[in-house]
Amino acid sequence: MSTGFVFALTGAALFALGVAGVVLIGHLLRRILAFNLMGSGTYLVLVGLAQRHDVPDPVPQAMVLTGIVVAVAATALALALVRKLHALTGQVELPDDANG
Amino acid sequence: MKRMVVALVVTLALAFVLLLTGAMLELGPVAIDLRAPVAAHLAQSGVSHPVTAVLLNYRGYDTLLEIAVLLLALLAILAVVGDTAATRPMASHPVLQMLARLATPLMIVVAIYLLWAGAFRPGGAFQAGAVLAAAAVLLHLVGLLPGWSTPGLRLRIGLVAGFALFLAVATGLLMHGTLLQYPPAAAGVLILLIEAGLTVSLALILAGLFLFLAREEAA
Amino acid sequence: MTLAFDLLVALSLLWCGWHTLATPRLDRAIVLFITFGLLMTLVWARLSAPDIGLAEAAIGAGLTGALLFDAYGVLRRRSAGP
Repeated sequence: MSTGFVFALTGAALFALGVAGVVLIGHLLRRILAFNLMGSGTYLVLVGLAQRHDVPDPVPQAMVLTGIVVAVAATALALALVRKLHALTGQVELPDDANG
Repeated sequence: MKRMVVALVVTLALAFVLLLTGAMLELGPVAIDLRAPVAAHLAQSGVSHPVTAVLLNYRGYDTLLEIAVLLLALLAILAVVGDTAATRPMASHPVLQMLARLATPLMIVVAIYLLWAGAFRPGGAFQAGAVLAAAAVLLHLVGLLPGWSTPGLRLRIGLVAGFALFLAVATGLLMHGTLLQYPPAAAGVLILLIEAGLTVSLALILAGLFLFLAREEAA
Repeated sequence: MTLAFDLLVALSLLWCGWHTLATPRLDRAIVLFITFGLLMTLVWARLSAPDIGLAEAAIGAGLTGALLFDAYGVLRRRSAGP
């Protein structure tokens, strides 16, 4: 089993872990952590599967580089929104929908 | 009810992992292999490192859109934060401040090296901009750089300069041919020029993601 | 031999990821997330992707960790205040 393959499988598991975290966790800061885990899993799948025969491939590497930079911008915006929500309402969880 | 939702999501996640693992195990040889075309045209691309060539030449349009997305994210953060007054930096231990003062020029040199070396070996504009942004965050954390309030003219020009420069080069090339088709003789110089603009802008944008939010709360 | 190393790093990655989401203390979760970022840098080095490794170390672990800690500090300070 090649290096790329091992990490592609790890990436799939991380992605599933991240999705479960985003769906199930209520605390917004932890949800942002889970979202970043999803992103890391995706990068591993992209590069790991392309390099599953252990030859470096520059195209998915460039895509992942772009992805990492855009993900940090998204994380920063999400954190700014969480801080604003906390400043306005004092909560760090989104309110549940009204019953009924 | 909540327990059923949790169980359902966990089951679906596990099923997803198993199915994806099964699919990955059945893959044959790589179907689309772009390594050969990348290597074949590397001599005409202006740089000799394949990842930089892909980022700034073959897929230069993606990088143009990426810097635009970063700028948009920063504008959204400025909109969320709103108007703020200027701040004073937090005081910190003098040993930490001395260490930061020693480290910052080294980080600037490393960043310029990474920018230059991106043409021949791993490096490039993104890594250089990230190191510069890290230097700015470090200076803020030890109290030598105050948090940023609403940006003034120079900061605004710096933030937009990378995207504007890239767009200007792209438009200039558009008038002579296809979008972002560098003439092979000038490709290296153009890529270095674009990367320099990207480094400055990226450093300011990434530092701004942190510094526009990091303000002393009103006592 | 290299497979053993790869499996070790992969298992550490999964352990770190799980505990980032499962630990009750938020500051511990952020520290584990930064550790996760540094393990990812190791992974990129194993996958012959030094450009991504450089970017992940600076941006993924460094800048994201700083942003998260800043937000955590502000949230804690505000809830402990008036």
